[in-house]
Amino acid sequence: MKLLKYILPLLVILTFTSCSDDDDNMESINEVVALMLVQEFTNETHIVELYTQSGDFTQGYNNITLRIRDKVSNQFIQNASITWTPMMHMTSRMHSCPNSDVIKVTERETIYTGYIIFQMPENSNEGWDLTINYMVDNLEYSVISDISVPMSDRQVVSVFMGADDVKYILALVGPESPEVAVNDMIVGLYKMESMMSFPLVEDFMIKLDPRMPSMSSHTSPNNEDLFYNDVSEMYNGKLSLTMTGYWKLNLMLYNANNELLKGEEVSGTIESSSLYLELEF
Amino acid sequence: MCRIFYSLFVLFFLSSILYAQEKQIDSTKVMDLDEVIVISRVGLNNYKQEKPLSFLDEYLEKSNKITTIKRGNYAWEPSMNNMLTDRLSVTIDGMQIFGACTDKMDPITSYMDVSNLSEVHVKSGQQGSENGSTIGGGIDLKLQKNSFGYDDWNIGVDIGYGSNGNSETISSEFNYSSEKYFVNIDGIHRKSENYFAGGNEEIMFSQFEKFNVSAIVGGKVSDEGSVIGSVIYDEASDVGYPALLMDVSLAKALISSISYEHKNVHNVIHKWESKLYHNTIRHVMDDTKRPDVPIHMDMPGWSDTYGFYTKMYAKKEKHTLLFNVNAYYNKSLAEMTMYPNDLNENSMFMLTWPDVRTLYSGVYGEDEIELKNRQKLKVSARFGYQNEYIASEFGLHSLRIFYRELEGKKNRILLNLSTQYENKINNFDFLLSAGYGERAPSVSEAYGFYLYNSFDNYDYIGNPYLDNEKSSEVNFNLNYSNHKFKAGVTTSFFFISNYIIGKIDPTLAQMTIGADGVRVYEALEYATIFNTGLSVSYNLLPAIDIEGGLSYNLGQDYSGMNLPLISPLDYRMSIRYRKNYFNASFNMNGAREQSNFSSDYGEDMTGAYAVFNANASYSLLFENNKLILKSGVENMFDTYYSTYADWNNIPRMGRNIFLNISFVIQ
Ligand SMILES: [Cu+2]
Ligand SMILES: [Cu+2]
Repeated sequence: MKLLKYILPLLVILTFTSCSDDDDNMESINEVVALMLVQEFTNETHIVELYTQSGDFTQGYNNITLRIRDKVSNQFIQNASITWTPMMHMTSRMHSCPNSDVIKVTERETIYTGYIIFQMPENSNEGWDLTINYMVDNLEYSVISDISVPMSDRQVVSVFMGADDVKYILALVGPESPEVAVNDMIVGLYKMESMMSFPLVEDFMIKLDPRMPSMSSHTSPNNEDLFYNDVSEMYNGKLSLTMTGYWKLNLMLYNANNELLKGEEVSGTIESSSLYLELEF
Repeated sequence: MCRIFYSLFVLFFLSSILYAQEKQIDSTKVMDLDEVIVISRVGLNNYKQEKPLSFLDEYLEKSNKITTIKRGNYAWEPSMNNMLTDRLSVTIDGMQIFGACTDKMDPITSYMDVSNLSEVHVKSGQQGSENGSTIGGGIDLKLQKNSFGYDDWNIGVDIGYGSNGNSETISSEFNYSSEKYFVNIDGIHRKSENYFAGGNEEIMFSQFEKFNVSAIVGGKVSDEGSVIGSVIYDEASDVGYPALLMDVSLAKALISSISYEHKNVHNVIHKWESKLYHNTIRHVMDDTKRPDVPIHMDMPGWSDTYGFYTKMYAKKEKHTLLFNVNAYYNKSLAEMTMYPNDLNENSMFMLTWPDVRTLYSGVYGEDEIELKNRQKLKVSARFGYQNEYIASEFGLHSLRIFYRELEGKKNRILLNLSTQYENKINNFDFLLSAGYGERAPSVSEAYGFYLYNSFDNYDYIGNPYLDNEKSSEVNFNLNYSNHKFKAGVTTSFFFISNYIIGKIDPTLAQMTIGADGVRVYEALEYATIFNTGLSVSYNLLPAIDIEGGLSYNLGQDYSGMNLPLISPLDYRMSIRYRKNYFNASFNMNGAREQSNFSSDYGEDMTGAYAVFNANASYSLLFENNKLILKSGVENMFDTYYSTYADWNNIPRMGRNIFLNISFVIQ
C-alpha cells in the first residue's frame, strides 16, 4: 500500500510526459488514476466527471476533483473557470452548504478541485443536487444533477448554535487515514449567515480532548488545540491516537476574544462535550 | 484420597518422631557468592533432593541468595539480592533467552524443568557477569548431559502427587553413553487444579498444566573433539495467575543449540567450547475465563533469540583463566487487542513491545590466581556493545506520541568489572569482593507502551532515552568451620546509580480501565540495597544435623524511601536425620512483618508468619536398580499466610502432602 502511494504519482507523471511528447491527444491523459469516479454530469456539449477518493459523496467534508470533456472532440477542457452550487431540497425549505472555490490543479492539464461540506445527509424525502456553471472561451455552460449524500457512520460534521446566537458548521477534514501516532488534525469552521452563505470563520480556537468511550473514556497525551491557519483556511492541531478503534473528539470552541461559544470540559460526571466529532479506524 | 494421605501423614509423623532427622549440610551452600544447586537425578539419592519432582523454582529457593516472586502457583520469578529479571542475567548453558510476556508471567526458568537440568549455578552480583551484563547476579541453568565413557544406560521414572490442588507429575528419562556417543532423552508432565490456601480457601485460577521434552545427543568426531546438539520443547497451557487479571492459554518455547567442544587444544588451553543457538518463545494471555472483565483482550507476545558463544578454559601455573566471546540478536514483539462491548465498534489494537531488535556482542575474561598461603585473587571483566532499534513503523509512531523526536535507535557500551580476594586462615574462610557493573534498560523499561502493572495499579510507559543503570557493590563473607560446627556471615551492599523505576507522571492519563494513572520509567539519582545473612549448622550426633539461618535486607532510594519487593527479616531452621537408607527432616521458615514496605509501589505491610514442613524418605536397592520413596507435608499446620514476595498478597498454599516415587533401572 505504501509503495502504491509513491508509484501512483510517478505513473501519473510518466503517462503525462510520455503522452504529451508523443502527441497532443488529451484523451489519453489520465490525471485521476488514484481517484474513483462518483458521477458524470452531462449536457449537450460536455460531460463533467466528478471524482473522490472513495468514489462516493458522504455527509461531511468531501474533497472533489473534476474534469470536463468536450463531447465532440473528446478532449478535456484546460481553461474552464468553474463555480458550483450544492443545494439541499428539504420539505419546508432549501439551503446550500459550505464549499470552496473550484480551482485548476497546479501543474496539471485537465483537472480542477474543490471541497464541499454536506452538513446534512439525504433521506427518503429530502436530498441534494449540484449545479456546476463553467465558462469556456467566454461561453457559459451549466450542468445540474441530483447527487447522493448518505449519512456517515460517525459524526464528522456538527451544526450548532453558539453562545453568540450564531449558527456554526464544524467539519472534520483530517486526518484522512488516522494512525496510531500523532496525527495532523484539520477542521473547517463556517458561519451560517443565511441559507446560501457560509463564510469561513477565522481566528477562533478549538480545544481538543480525544476520548475512548468504550474504555471508560480514557484520553491520550500530547494533543494540541486547533488554531486557524491562513494558508489552508482551516484549523490545525495535533491529535494523538494511542490505539485503533472508536475515538470521540471532544471540542470546545472559543471566539477571538477567548469566550467559550460551545462545548464543555470532560471531567467527573461530564463524559463528553456537547460539541464533538467522531473517528473510527 | 484425602483419608489415605492423612493416614500416610500420621505414619510419617510417627516415623519422624521415632527417627528424627536428615540431610547432610553442603558446606558450599552455607555462605558464598557462588552456589551450585544440584538437580540431576543421575546420582539420585534420597538426601540430595528433598522433593525430587518439585519445580525448578523450589530448587532455586534453596539458594540463600534467591527468593521468588509469586503470581500464582506457576512460573515464579527469581529474585537475587532483592533484584528481579531486568537486573539479572538468566541463561541456559550460556544461552541468552528472553521472556515474551510484557507482564512478567514467563521468567526464563518457567520454560525449563528439573528433567532438563543437572545443576544451577548461582553467582551473586558482578560474579555473575560471565554470560551477560548484570547488576544483581547471574543464574546459569546447566543442561543435563552425559559424558562419553563406558557402555552404560539407565531409565528413570518419577511419579509425584500433591494433595493440595491434586497435583500430578510424571517424568521419565532415558540416558545412554558409550565411548563415542551419548544420548539423553527426557519428558515431564505436570498438572494441577486450583490450590487451597490455609483454612481451605480455594484460590481460583491457580491451576496449570505443562509438559516439557528434551533431547541431547553427543558424538565424538575425534579423540579431542565432540559435537553436541540439544533441543528442548516446553509448552504450558491453561495456566492461571490468581494475582493478575489475566491467565495464560499458551506459553511455549523451543530452545535448540549445537556446540563443538575441543579438549586439550594446547598445553595451556584445556577446553574450547563453541555454541550456536536459537530459541523462540510464544506467550498468549487470555481472560476469557475470568468473570466480570471490563473489556476482553488478547495479548500475545513473541521473543526470538539467535546467538553464539565461544569459551576457552585455560590454566597456566597459578592462573586459571576463562575467556568468553558472545553475541546475540533478540526480537521482542507484543500486541494488545481489546474488544469493545459494542460489537459494531472496531477492535482496539496497539503494540505494547514495538518489535525491538537488540544486537549485543561482548567479551569476558576472568583470571583466578592462587597466591601464597591458600589466598586467592580473582578478577573478571566484561565489555559489551549493544545496538537496539525499533523495527516496527507502527510501534515507532506509537512511541512518538510521547517522544516526538524519537529516532528509535540506540547504541550502548556496557562494562562489568569485579575483583575478589579470598583467604583461609585456620578454620576461617574470609572473602572480600568489589565490583562495578552496568546494564541496559529492558525492552519494557525502554520501549513498553501502556504496560499495566497490577501490583501498583499503574500503566507503565517505557523511556527510550534512559541511560544505563550502574551499580557499585562490595561483598564481605566470613565462614568458620570445624568438624562439628559451621557458621557464616555474608553481607553485600549495592549502590545503584541511574536506578530505573517507574515514576508517576501526573500529566498522563491511564489507558487501562480502573488504573490509577501512568508511570514513566525514569532513572533515580541512586538507590541502595543492603543484604546480610547469617547461617549456622551443627552436627549434634553422627546422624543428626541442625541448621539455621537468618537474613535481613534493606532497599531504599536516594531520598530514603523504601524500594518495592525487598524481603523483610526472615529465618529458617531445620533438623535432619540420616541413617543408612532412611532419612527425614523437619524444618520451619518464617519472616517478621514487612515494616519497610513501599506504599508508593502498591505494597502494604505483610504480616509475620512461620510455617513448618517435614519429610521422610527411604530408598531400596535391588541389584543395580533403585526405588526411592519420599513423602512429606508442607505447611503442616495449614497456616494462612502471604509473604512480601506474593503479588497482590495472594495467599500461599495451605497444607500439602506429597508423595514421590522414583524408579531407576540400569
Ligand atoms: Cu482504548
Ligand atoms: Cu503474560
